[in-house]
Amino acid sequence: MSQAEDIESVDQDGVIESVSGPVVTATDLDARMNDVVYVGDEGLMGEVIEIEGNLTTIQVYEETSGVGPGEPVENTGEPLSVDLGPGVLDAIYDGVQRPLDVLEEKMGTAFLDRGVDAPGIDFETEWEFTPTVDVGDTVEAGDIVGEVPETESITHKVMVPPDYEGGEIESIENGAFTVDEVVAELSSGEEITMHQEWPVRQARPADTKETPTVPLVSGQRILDGLFPIAKGGTAAIPGPFGSGKTVTQHQLAKWADADIVVYVGCGERGNEMTEVIEDFPELEDPKTGKPLMSRTCLIANTSNMPVAARESCIYTGITIAEYFRDMGYDVALMADSTSRWAEAMREISSRLEEMPGEEGYPAYLAASLSEFYERAGKFQNINDTEGSVTAIGAVSPPGGDFSEPVTQNTLRIVKTFWALDADLAERRHFPSINWNESYSLYRQQLDPWFRDNVADDWPEVRQWAVDVLDEEDELQEIVQLVGKDALPEDQQLTLEVARYLREAWLQQNAFHDVDTYCDPKKTYRMLLAIKTFNDEAFDALEAGVPVEEITDVDASPRLNRMNTSDEWNEFIDELESELEEQIRSLY
Amino acid sequence: MKEYQTITEISGPLVFAEVDEPVGYDEIVEIETDDGRTLRGQVLESSDGLVSIQVFEGTGGIDRNASVRFLGETMKMPVTEDLLGRVLDGSGEPIDGGPEIVPESREDIVGEAINPFSREYPEEFIQTGVSGIDGMNTLVRGQKLPIFSGSGLPHNELALQIARQATVPEEEEAGDDEEGSEFAVIFGAMGITQEEANEFMDDFERTGALERSVVFMNLADDPAVERTVTPRLALTTAEYLAFEKDYHVLVILTDITNYCEALREIGAAREEVPGRRGYPGYMYTDLAQLYERAGRIEGKDGSVTQIPILTMPGDDDTHPIPDLTGYITEGQIVMDRNLNSQGVEPPVNVLPSLSRLMDDGIGEGLTREDHGDVSDQMYAAYAEGEDLRDLVNIVGREALSDRDNKFLDFADRFETEFVQQGYDNNRSIEETLELGWDLLSDLPKEALNRIDEDLIEEHYREDEAETAEVEA
Repeated sequence: MSQAEDIESVDQDGVIESVSGPVVTATDLDARMNDVVYVGDEGLMGEVIEIEGNLTTIQVYEETSGVGPGEPVENTGEPLSVDLGPGVLDAIYDGVQRPLDVLEEKMGTAFLDRGVDAPGIDFETEWEFTPTVDVGDTVEAGDIVGEVPETESITHKVMVPPDYEGGEIESIENGAFTVDEVVAELSSGEEITMHQEWPVRQARPADTKETPTVPLVSGQRILDGLFPIAKGGTAAIPGPFGSGKTVTQHQLAKWADADIVVYVGCGERGNEMTEVIEDFPELEDPKTGKPLMSRTCLIANTSNMPVAARESCIYTGITIAEYFRDMGYDVALMADSTSRWAEAMREISSRLEEMPGEEGYPAYLAASLSEFYERAGKFQNINDTEGSVTAIGAVSPPGGDFSEPVTQNTLRIVKTFWALDADLAERRHFPSINWNESYSLYRQQLDPWFRDNVADDWPEVRQWAVDVLDEEDELQEIVQLVGKDALPEDQQLTLEVARYLREAWLQQNAFHDVDTYCDPKKTYRMLLAIKTFNDEAFDALEAGVPVEEITDVDASPRLNRMNTSDEWNEFIDELESELEEQIRSLY
Repeated sequence: MKEYQTITEISGPLVFAEVDEPVGYDEIVEIETDDGRTLRGQVLESSDGLVSIQVFEGTGGIDRNASVRFLGETMKMPVTEDLLGRVLDGSGEPIDGGPEIVPESREDIVGEAINPFSREYPEEFIQTGVSGIDGMNTLVRGQKLPIFSGSGLPHNELALQIARQATVPEEEEAGDDEEGSEFAVIFGAMGITQEEANEFMDDFERTGALERSVVFMNLADDPAVERTVTPRLALTTAEYLAFEKDYHVLVILTDITNYCEALREIGAAREEVPGRRGYPGYMYTDLAQLYERAGRIEGKDGSVTQIPILTMPGDDDTHPIPDLTGYITEGQIVMDRNLNSQGVEPPVNVLPSLSRLMDDGIGEGLTREDHGDVSDQMYAAYAEGEDLRDLVNIVGREALSDRDNKFLDFADRFETEFVQQGYDNNRSIEETLELGWDLLSDLPKEALNRIDEDLIEEHYREDEAETAEVEA
């Protein structure tokens, strides 16, 4: 149930039997699985997770210190749901969709108190509703009946809830309404408001899932250039601590060309969420020029917030994402980190004394992960619009060991793998995505888009870069043994070209004003410049010029400056002609 | 308050008692033994009729006739500004022979999470005077930056040096008349030896730091279970001083490894399903509840900065304790055994070290415009030099190119001049960065690919590069 529900109407039934951390058992509670209950005198929010005879087990979303046996448990009779409607964007929620700014106000302190409820969307605000259908039109479940300008950049579509029958519109009004005022009435007797509720553990219905063919352009060279992800795709970013998972996720949230971004901070640092809260309203969406926050919904469950709410925050996030997908938007969901989510499952599971699977994780870990990632995809919605949810999950493997259960089970599902590498991070090669280990299974299906929208020979040029990097990887093994100078000259030159690929192209400075976002056209152009250097250099080598002389030309170090150049087209044109001229003058 | 004589089982640090009235989870318990001692504990699990109690002072001397009293409240820390200058034991009782503490308020020791919406993002540079930290892994106010160390490494010296030297340069310039916030140190010792404790106390007394410190001492021979409360008492005090009394508080917690051992002991006694290496599955959550109690709050002048110290068993940073810590804290300072044996003081290995909040705490207006670039370049150059050392072992220095030799020299100088500075040497950030340029100027100009060209023009020392070349 959502917090918006009237609490008076619930029956008082159960009694607490025992308390152990976030797990509480109650007797005499008449409840269904996953019903939301209020626990104890303070009315802490919880969810039913096990029923055994007369004994009901509840996970509590708030701290349980001081709660004791004998206190009452009230059942709301409804599963954990989110409030959907205008006001979800530009908001910051905890794991059970309580707005953190409202909580601060209600609690009157900077610390999170207990037993305070707040609805996910504001019920007082009036929104300007404009119908898009007329009286007499027939609408079905999911159909769009009107629009609301929710934020500067996003128009909220008001839809017939998916569980409605639908029918002929009997009345529909234009004007300012609060979210629970009726805006339209149907012949079936159903009334439509701007507010919907949806249980978080259940996927919102869609017609068909389609093969995604458009990339989610991220403005990150290594991602767009080598390992692209599709709109509606899935990706995992595993890496040990300090390897830049969060910065990569932030970069994606900032620059990805999705319409809506849902950012789930799951069990991560408080200061990181604060950074997002402070930064996003100031940053501009590169596509619309509007503040980034106006297309973003943040869900923050920091590592010290109650563990059960960490388990639910992922579901809260994906449900909100699906809601906007239903409106026909492309939504990107970032979850940082899915390992914390898995650990929350493990913690609850061990308190339930369930038989543990691998490394103490519950046996249903793999099922839960795949269920989550399957909710992503490009969909034909039930109202005939097309929308997508792209799911990008960070994974924090203990000790950076990718063979652990969460990484392995995630890799079996996702189609893009961005492997972060502590070694690269240590030498401040950022983003520290390892180009030898990472992969994207979307390359083939996205190639036509890149050919049409960036450059005809994009796949070929990319393959050239991959080949050079592969060759470097092999050559490095020899270099480790005999030193670089013992290699034949052409191989020395390959190493030099690969160095430029790594330093000038793959590296990208997230904190530099220009470099932080790289248009795919610039990504391609930069790569082409390095290829020009490569081609000219090999021609010179064939003509008998010693390799040192080629690599020492004045222009070549300027390849490293392409990334920060604002007027990149001119800069690179000029650089290329200088390279040509200087290398050709050697023979 | 009800008293029971209903103990049914005593096992390790746990006592199980039957009750006929409900008892709250986490409530405080007093157990009185036959010989008149009063032991304190906390409710770990409460069910109808039976509670399990973890006893802080250890269960020695308790028998089934001991009486159990439930105090009806969760554990509180009496806090007041007068705590400054006091030495307390691991459960918050004064042990310095001073007057009794008259609390201004009593705060729950299980701190509530700070609402991320109410936090203020930390970006005030703290100058520790240590080049390896200031230059390469800058600490900022409100950060939690642990020291990853090993047994026998001088982590305590480094922590003390930071506590002694830490200043915020701007505020120093503003002078004392400015109504700036005062600085306080909270020291939480968990299971350290008497000798180590003396080392800290002597230093605090010698430098006069004691009067602006609160010391919590749980020594190696104190009950292990008490270690689970000590850091919470320390952090509750820190939060009070920071957010009620506007102090800038630096919390040093040592040694987190002992704290985790205590958690494991309790977990084992409760027969819980163990996680990795026998540590409880909820250790991440538990550690987060400590580490996350650092930061700044919007509208408050004070701040809590944390420097937890942990010794990595077997110097292995994939061990659950450093591993989970690294996932929660905002970076780490790593001590290195090789550097230590080479006599580098402090032996900070900057490569695996990291400060996540560095980028927002440095640069123009905060430290210096060139700080970010210089540090990036030194990282890259030092990493390259380190790689080349492996190669030198195989092929010898002669086989390497000129460029490679310069990077090797850079790596050597970086260790012996930049990181090496001694525990009494306090370097300003200016000095640190100038020293950085001094080292970088030994490298060819074109090799400085991480630094903005204008900055190279401004700071690069041509003459040195030339002399270096001539000498070579």
